[in-house]
Amino acid sequence: MNKDSHIAPPAARASFWNDPKIRAVFYQAILLIAVFYSGWYLFNNTTENLERQGIASGFGFLETTAGFGIITHLIPYSEESTYGRAFLVSLLNTLILSFMGIVAATILGVIIGIARLSKNWLVAKLASVYIEIFRNIPLLLQIFFWYFAVLRALPAPRGSVNLFDGMFLNNRGLYTPSPVFGEGFSLVTWAIILAFVAVYFLVKWAHKRQELTGQQFHTVYVSIGILIGLPLLALIITGFPISWDVPELKGFNFVGGMVIIPEFMALWFALSIYTASFIAEIVRAGIQSVSHGQTEAAYALGIKPSITMRLVILPQALRVIVPPLSSQYLNLTKNSSLAAAIAYPELVSVFAGTVLNQTGQAVEIILITMGVYLAISLLISMFMNWYNAKIAIVER
Amino acid sequence: MKKFTSTVMLTSALVLAAGQANAATLDDVKAKGFLQCGVSQGLPGFSNFDDKGNWSGVDVDVCRAVSSAIFGNANQVKYTPLSAKERFTALQSGEIDVLSRNTTWTATRDTALGLNFTGVNYYDGQGFMVRKDLGVKKASELSGAAVCTNSGTTTELNVSDYFRSNGMDYKLVAFEKADEVVAAYDAGRCDVYTTDQSGLYAQRIKLKDPSAHIVLPDVISKEPLGPVVRQGDDQWFNLVKWSLFCMVDAEEMGISSKNVASKMSSSNPGVKRLLGKEGNFGKNLGVSNSWCGDIVKNVGNYGESFARNLSVAPLNIKRGKNALWSEGGLQYAPPIR
Repeated sequence: MNKDSHIAPPAARASFWNDPKIRAVFYQAILLIAVFYSGWYLFNNTTENLERQGIASGFGFLETTAGFGIITHLIPYSEESTYGRAFLVSLLNTLILSFMGIVAATILGVIIGIARLSKNWLVAKLASVYIEIFRNIPLLLQIFFWYFAVLRALPAPRGSVNLFDGMFLNNRGLYTPSPVFGEGFSLVTWAIILAFVAVYFLVKWAHKRQELTGQQFHTVYVSIGILIGLPLLALIITGFPISWDVPELKGFNFVGGMVIIPEFMALWFALSIYTASFIAEIVRAGIQSVSHGQTEAAYALGIKPSITMRLVILPQALRVIVPPLSSQYLNLTKNSSLAAAIAYPELVSVFAGTVLNQTGQAVEIILITMGVYLAISLLISMFMNWYNAKIAIVER
Repeated sequence: MKKFTSTVMLTSALVLAAGQANAATLDDVKAKGFLQCGVSQGLPGFSNFDDKGNWSGVDVDVCRAVSSAIFGNANQVKYTPLSAKERFTALQSGEIDVLSRNTTWTATRDTALGLNFTGVNYYDGQGFMVRKDLGVKKASELSGAAVCTNSGTTTELNVSDYFRSNGMDYKLVAFEKADEVVAAYDAGRCDVYTTDQSGLYAQRIKLKDPSAHIVLPDVISKEPLGPVVRQGDDQWFNLVKWSLFCMVDAEEMGISSKNVASKMSSSNPGVKRLLGKEGNFGKNLGVSNSWCGDIVKNVGNYGESFARNLSVAPLNIKRGKNALWSEGGLQYAPPIR
């Protein structure tokens, strides 16, 4: 803009509608008005349509009693709870599924990505076969495959597989004993928190010492010792205030304990196995983007291959890996909505499904649902951007 | 994401639909030359399609009846298969003209969704199906059972009410599509499959070994199933309502698709009114006066439709509550006069 005004001599200044500055402001104002008008029009039209058709509107339904059961809930929920509560339950189910899926997909993806570059022919080929199979079959089919594979492979409750003491596996889920915390357990909780804080400072101190003196410290062993030792000590002091609620077969099904339902297992397998195949390719590309000279230089210095990978290659590869990895995390989270197909009670199934149908308030419910996915995705993006900035090359 | 997307698209149709929903549906249907009818994704006896894509069933016959009343021809209907979740949004947004999809008439649906039920074409009640080898004889023995059902249906709420009010424990597993419920029940995911009793008989055919399952005698709810239209278009509401009444009245007067030609010369004033020889009932509905005669000729009366779709093997559903009022049932239509 400066350049333009520089070219035009001030005496022969064009009339103001030919001034690029004013034009730019004018066009932007027009665009802004258009956007606001469309938004206002949509809102107005919708409320008018709903009112004329006699369809209930507003968010008051969130306070109404839901009246239906949800098979698995992380927070207390019963039929007497409200639709708002059902929303929270389903949101948590979506979050736990996405979180577990992201963790498993990352671990599996990194292992397979590295395996694909292995010098061992068989390992490399197996990794390739895995990637080509799972990335090229639609996810919905994989979900159905795992669901019915899990259901058909497992016995009915009366023929449950007894894994360990009090742990049962059947086609209704995996039943495990659940801990019941007695009096004095808060001390143990504090001990666990204290142990984590201690480990954090230990790692910091060890790094500093290594930078200053070059001496290494057995951080891993000491950390494990602290993490197990402190809570154990607290348990001994308080006299083991934990009892176990062991599931037992009563009538049709097991009663008591905790249960992981087969829908969750099937989705977890399908989502993490599917996404892992993409992550594996991202990891392979990232590793290959690091110049081979780096590896040769590390070997020339006598560094072991495993440490070369961990301390030389991966940190540089991460810069290439992290941005596309964020997209995979977003995909996995959004794909979790496919759970509606196999009765896992997540957001789309419960809230945009059952609740929508019972209340008929499609506009409000779809708006909330879309808002929630947008918020989750933006949060994941924010975290990944922060991580990306942290590992980016620090230019001096 | 696919399922979610379809819901989102229907909802955005609701947002964007600019004042067309209140227009006279009858004029729209006449102008486009066919009736768009929302049906199930395949429920034998109610709305189901054969290998050639031809739809049949008692719910489909309602659509065919409305088409006959308007066009004098039962085949000017296009069908939209809908899941339980999608059905009301599809109707609200104007995607379909009438919803005839084994839908229970409830207060919420009639008052808060901007919809009107036009009558009851099947009186149903919710029941349970279990495996024979469980040895269960009645519903009160089902405490602790895992129950498979469709999400977004009245059955989902009824089953919660039933188990709660009887102090029984249960695990509800709710699927979106009926076929998914059947597959999961067949794979052993649940002890019990619950839906309307007619639905249980219909879905039992799809199981690997239908004879290994029984439908318990208990009925835990009232499920009056009927066609639905949008609220605020009384002319259209009347037409769909009376198309169904016409079929019931025809059965009561003994007029069927076989004898309708000979009944045309009947001197019975009731028959004359029904067949449009007397009075202006068709004109008042906005269609030709031969509307009811066309329905009986093309689709048959209520009893014929029931016999053709539900009383045949493998469903073999008896008339029961759906017999005419004069024969001890509940099917009762106001007179055409």
